[in-house]
Amino acid sequence: MARAQSVRRRTVTTILAWLIGFLIFFPILWTIITSFKTELEAFSTPPKFLFFEWTTENYAIVQERSNYLRFVSNSLILSIGSTIVALLFAIPAAWAMAFAPTKRTKDLLMWMLSTKMMPPVGALIPVYLIFRDMGLLDSRGGLIAVLFLLNLPIVVWMLYTYFKEIPGEILEAARMDGASLWNELVYVLAPMAVPGIASTLLLNIILAWNEAFWTLNLTTSAAAPLTAFIASYSSPEGLFWAKLSAASTMAIAPILVLGWFAQKQLVRGLTFGAVK
Amino acid sequence: MGTIVLKDVQKSFGDVTIIPNANLAIENGEFVVFVGPSGCGKSTLLRLIAGLEDVTSGKIIIDGSNAAQLPPAKRGLSMVFQSYALYPHMSVRNNIAFGLKMAGMPKAEIDAKVAKAAQILNLSDYLDRKPRQLSGGQRQRVAIGRAIVRQPKAFLFDEPLSNLDAALRVQMRIEIMQLHQSLGATMIYVTHDQVEAMTMADRIVVLNKGNIEQVGSPLELYNKPVTLFVAGFIGSPKMNFISGEVAANHKVHTIGVRPEHITLSGTSGEWEGTIALAEHLGADTFLHVDTARCGRLTVRAAGEYGQGPGDKIWLTPERGRVHRFDDKGKTIPNAA
Repeated sequence: MARAQSVRRRTVTTILAWLIGFLIFFPILWTIITSFKTELEAFSTPPKFLFFEWTTENYAIVQERSNYLRFVSNSLILSIGSTIVALLFAIPAAWAMAFAPTKRTKDLLMWMLSTKMMPPVGALIPVYLIFRDMGLLDSRGGLIAVLFLLNLPIVVWMLYTYFKEIPGEILEAARMDGASLWNELVYVLAPMAVPGIASTLLLNIILAWNEAFWTLNLTTSAAAPLTAFIASYSSPEGLFWAKLSAASTMAIAPILVLGWFAQKQLVRGLTFGAVK
Repeated sequence: MGTIVLKDVQKSFGDVTIIPNANLAIENGEFVVFVGPSGCGKSTLLRLIAGLEDVTSGKIIIDGSNAAQLPPAKRGLSMVFQSYALYPHMSVRNNIAFGLKMAGMPKAEIDAKVAKAAQILNLSDYLDRKPRQLSGGQRQRVAIGRAIVRQPKAFLFDEPLSNLDAALRVQMRIEIMQLHQSLGATMIYVTHDQVEAMTMADRIVVLNKGNIEQVGSPLELYNKPVTLFVAGFIGSPKMNFISGEVAANHKVHTIGVRPEHITLSGTSGEWEGTIALAEHLGADTFLHVDTARCGRLTVRAAGEYGQGPGDKIWLTPERGRVHRFDDKGKTIPNAA
């Protein structure tokens, strides 16, 4: 009896999980399907799911109309650049907070996180004016700075929780074993910290890649990443759904591939180091 | 050689003084156990010796020279941690070899030493495994192996057995004692378990609130505790303390009698009481007896004791086995 029940239970939870997974994935699936329709079919009611004439013309048109590779390279530069800068600042910060905490470390962490609670639009006008006056509008450097600052609290938090997991006794053992600070870093700390740093890096690249608010508001063309590439196909007039879908598919494809290969690391990253 | 002398060692964290003033001399080859309840400063004292904490003032003299300002690596000591603190990403071989590698020893020599340590500790078959693939006892052995390859002046153990189950703890206790015999090295061992302290130590250092209460051999502490704290901490079950009228008869504030130093009788004796609870251990029976004059007392009866809860019983402390304490908890020596 008990066995039958547990099998039934497993079946139900499995079906439920797939259902929820499908629900979450559906908009993306629909985007991909729509990208292979003609504009007319993309607009038809009732919507067509699989039975329509598949076409790749949208991709051809999008390729022709805009320089996809430039947007990709901007996206890569912005997401990787801002992530590396963020890590450069966050690793020492998280390190100090995890291994040499003071009375106010927790408050400091909370304060950092609290900056994420403010709607970004609240800071848009001052940031925009600063960018305008400093000539940073539509520049990669400026956007890297914004994305780096935007994600820095999350990066510090993630690294902090990872570093917290490294038991202090292991470092002390290394010290007893006669390791110098450098050897302690290279042989003991780095191997234990690298997985955490890697998942933080991956997650932050994805966050920066998908960031749309600042990238859309602070760029026009030269520094515009893929978010701007998608947005350029959204128009109040005319039939652009299929092309918009094609552009979206092209924009998410690289990050989807990265996510697929890094899923194990990412799950760990998303649980904020809670799972050991 | 491995003599360690603490001279007026003091340690404070901010305003909080953990160790007010510690003085202690440890001979070469001695097995010394620091024991005390949690928070008594025993681990701090060990970490001060190791150099993992800095002394606020005072000297730590290792083999004749003051090491209080030296970093841990320069003190020539090895430490075994409570959590084992193995390097999780290294194989057992590399874990054991790490200290030698840091010392810049040639590889052939390292291999020979690791092989020898592994043989002593029964780890030869596990050298290529990672710590997570080992059982608790094996991990403990790796931690010890890491300590012995370096041939330190002294070994420091920080509650090394507290993460093991009871059976394994007894086995490892014996292994550590055998290791001490075969190496003849100085060992300092921290534990809160007075049984470990009694069974392993040449000398026990009892700590209470950062102060060294008493230093002595296990039997000295058992027979001649200098304070009420030591009397209560050493021995299991705990010594019975009686104050009030009964103590006044002995002309002191408090008297203490160990459960094993009380004779039982069904018919007559000094104190009358009723058995409230009986714990049967096979070899012994521990009776918890409610008495009118002394409150609840614990008594050890050898073997299986016939009477149980509710039965009347008379208790008599053995002559010359009554400890007397003044109102400050200091022992008043018996006249005889």
